[in-house]
Parts: sequence; structure tokens; C-alpha cells
Amino acid sequence: MALALQTFSTVKDANAALKAAGTRYLGGGTLVVRAANEGDVSVSSFVRSTEPALSTITVSGSEVRIGASVTMAAIARHPNLAALAHAARAVGGPAIRNMATVGGNLFAPAPYGDFTVALLALGATVGTDDGEVPIETFLAKRESNHAIVTSIGFSLPIDGGLRFLKVSRVKPKGVSVLSIAAVLKQAPDGAVSSAHIALGCMGDRPMRAKAAEKALLGRKLTSDGIAPALAVASDGTSPITDPIASAWYRNEVLPVHLGRLLLA
Amino acid sequence: MAKTPVQFTLNGAEKAEFIDSGATLLNALRDKIGDTSPKGGCHQGTCGACSVIIDGELRLSCLTLAETCNGAAITTTSGLSQGGVLHPLQRAFLDAFASQCGFCTPGMIMAAKVLLDRTPNPTRDEVVEALSGNICRCTGYEPIIQAVLTAARSNSQNAA
Ligand SMILES: Cc1cc2nc3c(=O)[nH]c(=O)nc-3n(C[C@H](O)[C@H](O)[C@H](O)COP(=O)(O)OP(=O)(O)OC[C@H]3O[C@@H](n4cnc5c(N)ncnc54)[C@H](O)[C@@H]3O)c2cc1C
Ligand code: FES
Ligand code: FES
Repeated sequence: MALALQTFSTVKDANAALKAAGTRYLGGGTLVVRAANEGDVSVSSFVRSTEPALSTITVSGSEVRIGASVTMAAIARHPNLAALAHAARAVGGPAIRNMATVGGNLFAPAPYGDFTVALLALGATVGTDDGEVPIETFLAKRESNHAIVTSIGFSLPIDGGLRFLKVSRVKPKGVSVLSIAAVLKQAPDGAVSSAHIALGCMGDRPMRAKAAEKALLGRKLTSDGIAPALAVASDGTSPITDPIASAWYRNEVLPVHLGRLLLA
Repeated sequence: MAKTPVQFTLNGAEKAEFIDSGATLLNALRDKIGDTSPKGGCHQGTCGACSVIIDGELRLSCLTLAETCNGAAITTTSGLSQGGVLHPLQRAFLDAFASQCGFCTPGMIMAAKVLLDRTPNPTRDEVVEALSGNICRCTGYEPIIQAVLTAARSNSQNAA
């Protein structure tokens, strides 16, 4: 079936064009063009915008704004985003990373969405022409989002940085068994004073491990200290089952990998 | 079927064609322009056989719409040999028996070329990482890795 591509120089015009039935926004195309190649007939037309802000990264102090069309490769090589390079490099192989955008990753169903796991732990906000919303709110309702995502904003973590782990069976590139990101703050005595932990593949989209976050508060990052958090790591999860791993397996290994990440 | 114009350079030569709207770059290159060096293995982004270099970056032509390449400089494996002389990567692949059925070879060579263009003396790990999006069902990968390392050595000897 013939697919049309409409390119607009502004997000505003692209948003207007997206209102037509059968249209879909085209980011890097690694999921939508793949779907079209596989015979997804629900899409008859792609819309994209080439507005320069969509491809821009701005870092001012610890505040970061990444345009939605920025690719994983651009993040991985950005001198001020070293904290996120590991998470960006976790997405696909080199060619995929040159194409896969941050905006598209927000919509990627499990087992994909590894970079979004990092953004969730960072407490990012997602921007559209209608304003900004916390990433958690955005992810919960992403199917009903019809506006083009323009940017992602967050503060770079100060101490301890962003801890990120992707578990896959094939190295160096493989689909996730699961991915975990954590942003922790610690008091001078080492006790955890704030914890944001995000999980990938433990639901149909990235989710927070809220019970584990709560159980970490006031605890030190030792085997004994993190034990209560690991015991509740799987609370509220509903992992996917796919050719890589069953839901049961993902729940079984989550505490092991979370433990390794926290003790690293 | 609606046609749309595309214009880009392919291996240094200007190309201008009318293609089916929404056609992938892979289909445009193979069916319209006649460059069959990028191969269609999976059309899902998984095998890397369709890899080409667009404006210096490795990309999958099966997931790239041809229209998005207007004004771009595209390199494929068919453009590597010069005046009948094989590119060092092509020579090394032949010598190391890194190409058996050959289906993955043009994609592997594209992935290796962007690596060597940026990192002329890569480590083995860097070669493995650079080829990690490309699948080979024949060689077991080791001859390919060795071929890339050999091409890097011969490049640096030529430069010395
Ligand atoms: C071989 C292969 C391996 C992969 N490996 C990984 C992996 O390891 N980890 C991982 O996380 N992902 C992986 N992916 C999935 C995918 O490449 C990434 O999730 C990528 O970030 C998706 O971005 P995209 O720009 O290509 O999205 P697209 O395919 O362009 O779009 C995906 C969806 O998001 C919507 N969309 C895109 N951008 C916007 C926007 N700005 N505003 C509104 N809607 C938008 C599109 O309409 C579409 O519905 C892989 C894909 C392939 C083919
Ligand atoms: S044909 Fe493009 S990755 Fe397989
Ligand atoms: S040589 Fe046959 S797939 Fe690689």
C-alpha cells in the first residue's frame, strides 16, 4: 500500500496534519516503518516536522532539554550528557541508535523503551505544544496522546549520578530481559534520603518500583541495608512474557539485578 | 500510485528519481536506481544487511523512507572500489574468508567502514560493538572481526 509522507517546517502545522485519520508521526521510524513493512494497514500517512528545536540539546547548568527528534547516538556522544550515555547506548545496535529518537522511545512498547526507563528515574517532564507533564503521567496515558512530543526536560543528578542496568541475553546488543534505572540521594552517613527507581519490561511500559523506593529510605547501600527493598522489588509489577523471558523469570531475577545495581 | 521526487548523491554521483510515495530507501536503491548492494534480509531493522551510510552515519535503509534522504550523501558498498581496485575492507573480507554466502557482507562492510573512518585503529571490542547490529548466519563472526582488524592494520601501514 502506498504511504504518504508529509513534512512540515513547524510543529504547529504538523500537529494540525496529524488530526487526519490514518496519520502517524514519524520519528526515526525504527518502529513505525517496521510496522508498515510488516503490513500494518492502520497507517496511511506519515507526518513529520523538521523544526530545528526538535533536534537540539541544551544543557544549562544541571538543567537539560532534549528535543524529541534527538537520537540515541547524539545523546551518547554529547560531552555534557555522560551520565546518560550508558542508557542511550543500551538501545539497539549502532545503526538503530543513529535513527532511534528520544520521542519515539517514549512510545516504545516493552521489551523496548530502555532509555525511557532512565528518564523515568530522572523524574523528567515531557513537553508538547500544550505544555509539560511529568513523565509518569505521560506514560500512563500515552495511547491517548495525539500531540507531537517536542522535548524532554530534567535535571542532571548531582551525587551518585544515574545508575542504569540493562540485562540482555546477547552481548553487546540484545533485547531487554529487563532494565533498571535508579537515582539515589544519600545523607552524609550514607543513608538513602531519596530514591527513584524505574523498571523496564516489568509491565507493558516503564514503571516506578515504589515499594522498593520506600523500603530504601533511611537504609545504607549494604547487603543488609538493601534487603527489605529487594524483598518488595516485584510489588505491583506485571512483567511481559516474550521469546526472551517469561513473566515468572523476570520477577525472579529482578531482585538479583536490582541488588547488583544498588551495590555497584 | 502517487510518485514523489527524490534527489541525493549516491557514491558521489547525483541521482534524481520519481519514486513511489512512502518507499523505503532500500526499495528505491534496489528497484529504481539499480544499486543492489544493500540487501533486504528482514525489513525489520534486525539483520543489518540493508545498512548504508547516510551523511557519514550508519543507517538501515529498510527503515528509512527515501523521501527523508533528499539532499543527503549516501554511500553503499558498491561505491567502495576505485577503478577496479578493491577497498581494503573488501580485500580483507576476501582474504580472511569473511564472506561465505555473502548476503550479510555489504552491510558488514558499511558498519566496518564507519568504524574505521572514525577509529582507524579499533580494538577487538570496538569492532564487535560496531558490528553488533549485523547478523551473519555463515561465518561465526570471527573471520569478519579478523578482516576488519586486518583492514585497519593495512590502512595504518599505508598511512605510515
Ligand atoms: C532491531 C531493533 C532493535 C531495537 N532495540 C531496542 C532496544 O534495545 N531498546 C529500546 O528501547 N528500543 C529498541 N528498539 C525500538 C526502537 O528503535 C526505539 O524504542 C526507538 O527509540 C523508537 O524511536 P523512533 O524514533 O524510531 O520511533 P518511531 O518508529 O518513529 O515512532 C514510534 C512511535 O512513537 C510515535 N512518535 C515518535 N516520535 C514522536 C513524537 N515526537 N511525538 C509524538 N509521537 C511520536 C510514532 O508515531 C510511533 O507511534 C529497537 C528496534 C529495532 C528495530
Ligand atoms: S533488511 Fe534492514 S535490517 Fe534487515
Ligand atoms: S556470509 Fe552468509 S550471512 Fe554472512
